[in-house]
Amino acid sequence: MKEILELLEADARLTPGQIAAILGKKEEDVAEIVKDLERKKIISGYFTLINWDKLGAEKVSALIEVKISPQRDVGFDAVAERIYRFPEVRSVKLVSGACDLVVMVEGRTMKEVAHFVSFKLASMEYVLSTATHFVLKTYKHHGTIVDDGEDDRRQVIVP
Amino acid sequence: MTFKTNWAEMVNPAVRDIPPSGIRRFFDLVTEVKDIISLGVGEPDFVTPWHIREACVYSLEKGYTMYTSNHGLLELREEISQDLSQTYQVSYDPRGEILITVGVSEGLDLAMRVLLCPGDEVLVPEPSYVSYAPLTVLAGGKPVYLKTSAENGFQLTADMVEKALTPRTKVILLGYPNNPTGATIDRKHLLNIAELATAHNLIVISDEIYDKLTYVGEHTCVSSLPGMRERTILLNGFSKSYAMTGWRVGYAAGNSDFIAAMTKIHQYSMLCAPITAQVAALEALRHGQSEMRKMIAQYGRRRRLVVDTIREIGLPCFEPRGAFYAFPDIRCTGLTSDEFALELLKEEKVLVVPGNAFGEQGEGFVRCAYAASVRDLMEAFKRIGNFVRRRTGRGKVLTFSFGKKEHKDDVIRKTV
Repeated sequence: MKEILELLEADARLTPGQIAAILGKKEEDVAEIVKDLERKKIISGYFTLINWDKLGAEKVSALIEVKISPQRDVGFDAVAERIYRFPEVRSVKLVSGACDLVVMVEGRTMKEVAHFVSFKLASMEYVLSTATHFVLKTYKHHGTIVDDGEDDRRQVIVP
Repeated sequence: MTFKTNWAEMVNPAVRDIPPSGIRRFFDLVTEVKDIISLGVGEPDFVTPWHIREACVYSLEKGYTMYTSNHGLLELREEISQDLSQTYQVSYDPRGEILITVGVSEGLDLAMRVLLCPGDEVLVPEPSYVSYAPLTVLAGGKPVYLKTSAENGFQLTADMVEKALTPRTKVILLGYPNNPTGATIDRKHLLNIAELATAHNLIVISDEIYDKLTYVGEHTCVSSLPGMRERTILLNGFSKSYAMTGWRVGYAAGNSDFIAAMTKIHQYSMLCAPITAQVAALEALRHGQSEMRKMIAQYGRRRRLVVDTIREIGLPCFEPRGAFYAFPDIRCTGLTSDEFALELLKEEKVLVVPGNAFGEQGEGFVRCAYAASVRDLMEAFKRIGNFVRRRTGRGKVLTFSFGKKEHKDDVIRKTV
């Protein structure tokens, strides 16, 4: 099962048949396991990694450090939930250190993101402060180097 | 009138008479064809792990650009000694029993030159790596081939060795896991061969460059067998396991008198292996285990995919247990190895290496390296499937789906 997940994590487009061949299992079994993993939300989705910069698409993202005061019984979770429900929020993580939450926000323009931070996020109850870092360039995400120049440079035939 | 030197005449007949490598002519062909998928590459498709490259860059920044001892960096020899004792429980003194060479190729050349007197015979399994026979000949020896075949899983047995023995037999050259077949050698066969070697006072040169790339069973290091440490020259390196082919660094381990003799040639012809490569190898041994295991897991997965696919195409294929090659039998197409490789390249733009490049016993086979991405492998075998279907003239269209588990044994019997 772990091997199936590792394979899918590296390439979501592998079919159950291909995975079966790679792992020496039966296609039906693999399909069943994958279905089960999807049901249990262990596989929570299949996405495509797109380099929007290359397309020249207008897109702005920001990493926001958020300090909040935890609430009785639910700790940080209730505030985190209020934040992650916004569609412009791409990811929310509770971290140790100087801030509590690290929130990744995406918008079409800088203004849009700034608007979201000041009107929605910073003004939210229990949010003590925010620090916004606009992303200037992405070098690596999801374990993948964005602009990897390490093409296959081997000679085509080697004994 | 100017006097022109006839250089062809100047060439030492021993060199002149060595046939050129069987794969050379493919270089010219491939430059003319675009969009080739190559399964002809006998090296990892991974780039050397970053931490190794980074360690090398750091060493350059720090000014490590000088010669090392002829034997190689002591730290590296110590690390190799430790690695061998941990992995195979065989101990070598880093101060006198290990020599850092410029790849296994240099190690093999040195060992042959030190061992062989004119006419000495070297038992060379076939098919095997392209350099074994030529290096034997250049050192004045005579290769005697031990013909292994697909029918017995390219297994080398003591029986075959015994039949080939003559009073001039001096060396058995083993290279397992094997390039091009992917065969490994069973411990029990090795034990029997070891017994023969002892009885007939033979030296074993063991090229174990693919040792870490063993997927079925465990690799047996020849010198770890009872009594074999004293009559084995162990050759290994970093090229395949750590994806470090271009660094050219390997080592020889063996008896101190013999290593001293190898060092004599090495100090005059090579001086030492490049220090940058040695520093990188040191980093590989110290911190490279987890990256190495990841790469090997990848080869293991592709191995299954490739063997299944080849058999589904209808080509019998012995199950490779090590290295990263599959060696399918293509005789059912009615083509020779050369024809198969050439026509496949022209018609389907897939490059494989004809089996006869690895000795006569390889005729009727081609070597497919699976050191390539799964995507490329899938596309390549789809094309090979088309090609084989056309050549075998079977009306039946093979449905091409990976991982279909029909029974392979039948397929093999039918087509052999």
